[in-house]
Amino acid sequence: MSVLLIAEHNNTELRPFTFNAATAASKINEDLHVLVLGNKSESVAKAASEIPLVKKVIYVDNEIFDNFTAENYTSTILKHVDNYSHIVCSANTFGKNLMPRVAALLDTSQVSDIVNVISEDTFLRPIYAGNAFATVKSTDKKKCVTIRPTSFDPAPSTGGSAEIVKSEPGDKFESSKFVKREEIKSDRPELGTARVVISGGRGMQNSDNFKLISAIADKLNAAIGASRAAVDAGYITNDHQVGQTGKVVVPDLYIAVGISGAIQHLAGMKESKVIVAINKDGEAPIFSVADYGLEADLFEALPQFLEELNKLNSIQK
Amino acid sequence: MKILVAVKRVIDYNVQVRVKDDGTGVVTDNVKMSTNPPDDNAIEEAVKIKESGKAKEVVAITIGDDKAQETVRKALAVGADRGIHVKVDGIVEPLAVSKILKKIVEKENPDLVFMGKQAIDDDCNQTGQMLAAILNWPQATFASKIEVKEKSLEVTREIDEGLETIEVNIPAIVTCDLRLNEPRYASLPNIMKAKKKPLEQLNASDLGVDTKARIEQIKVEEPPKRKAGIKVASVSELVQKLKNEAKVI
Repeated sequence: MSVLLIAEHNNTELRPFTFNAATAASKINEDLHVLVLGNKSESVAKAASEIPLVKKVIYVDNEIFDNFTAENYTSTILKHVDNYSHIVCSANTFGKNLMPRVAALLDTSQVSDIVNVISEDTFLRPIYAGNAFATVKSTDKKKCVTIRPTSFDPAPSTGGSAEIVKSEPGDKFESSKFVKREEIKSDRPELGTARVVISGGRGMQNSDNFKLISAIADKLNAAIGASRAAVDAGYITNDHQVGQTGKVVVPDLYIAVGISGAIQHLAGMKESKVIVAINKDGEAPIFSVADYGLEADLFEALPQFLEELNKLNSIQK
Repeated sequence: MKILVAVKRVIDYNVQVRVKDDGTGVVTDNVKMSTNPPDDNAIEEAVKIKESGKAKEVVAITIGDDKAQETVRKALAVGADRGIHVKVDGIVEPLAVSKILKKIVEKENPDLVFMGKQAIDDDCNQTGQMLAAILNWPQATFASKIEVKEKSLEVTREIDEGLETIEVNIPAIVTCDLRLNEPRYASLPNIMKAKKKPLEQLNASDLGVDTKARIEQIKVEEPPKRKAGIKVASVSELVQKLKNEAKVI
């Protein structure tokens, strides 16, 4: 049997985590097909067909997919699952919203947020905010699996030429309507895939002080993260939140500034390669996961940090 | 309008969870338990809607062993009118939970069902979406703002890219984000009063729902430990270490 990956895209291009999900999906079974549901998204179907791991692309073009709602996606996905043993997608807000709706209608107990594929039916997944890892075996005939994208390398995006097959949509769902999307545009790298992330917490005290963080982010070409406390306090918007219920990041370098290190925040960053903590409370739990801890007042440390980086004069791109 | 709110009893969010030595799960004996945090937001929002006059009744439901009743009592203490406890022992997967909730929805005919977006124990993030699926209702997941209109809800959802607003016709399922509201604390007199509020008890087996696990838990392990780090004395030392030792800048 084959694996069907549900592509996440913006009607123009594949969103980056689809490439990570493709890697995981092909580990489950090499016969990987991608389902692209979009509105005038030929370019997306073409991009999916160019991933060398992909054997076939099924493309359904319809205006009901314009805003990627779970309800409209589900009826069409269900029309296309017959020949597949696994339905997979990323465990980001797109996949988290969509996959359980599909799984329930297939009477399948979904396996969420896997970080490793052990065999076709056995997976590793974090539970309790990553304080434990469970090895689980799905006994359902058709399996629905969501993939923690940062646990898998992105698949190469060029070199493939899978066939693209056009198909038909399922029924439109009438009881739900898209109103608007407020996307925060930024020139910085995406939080989920950035090589360097610098995050601020409650210690930043206000939104204005996040300028200290942005200045360093500019210098290191880093994405900006935040603890839930900082988002709750209104210092920064929700798309920056790192943690159990926010984003999970695994950068080469994670710099936590004025973040105490609640279990829920650690869940989103403790797999980072190198962790730096800057906090004036030497007892803060964040130091227990930090490779390099600096016990200091961030309002003194951050300007100094910027100055030292300027001295190095090594802008990372 | 009637709102059904599902709440789950989980290990308290402040507890440092430990894995059992035999690898069969995590230690729950003598560990503080409480209501799953975003479920508190779900109750709070339902009670607020009732207080605004837009809902007549808030019913709290939990599924679990006898002790799960505590979460319903807490919901009653902050303003839910009555409770339902569906008794099941052991792990109940989200698919089975959604099937039990469907039976209760068919019995109670609520206009809305609220719950937290994710339980902080299994971190599955499935139940609301699954219930919406099998009822063929619209789903508004990860809600950080809810506006009740005449026959619909306008819901602001937290998504990776920022915020999204959708309008869902009633009946609908809403899964709540922690930023939806600030849950109130129960006052002592209200905790006493809650003890007198009705709490119906049912058995999952009486509802005809098969709760047998479909996912076998083979083993539970500690996460890989991080190598102990060091404290640096100054910013310049930090930058030197990052450049020359960790080689990340």
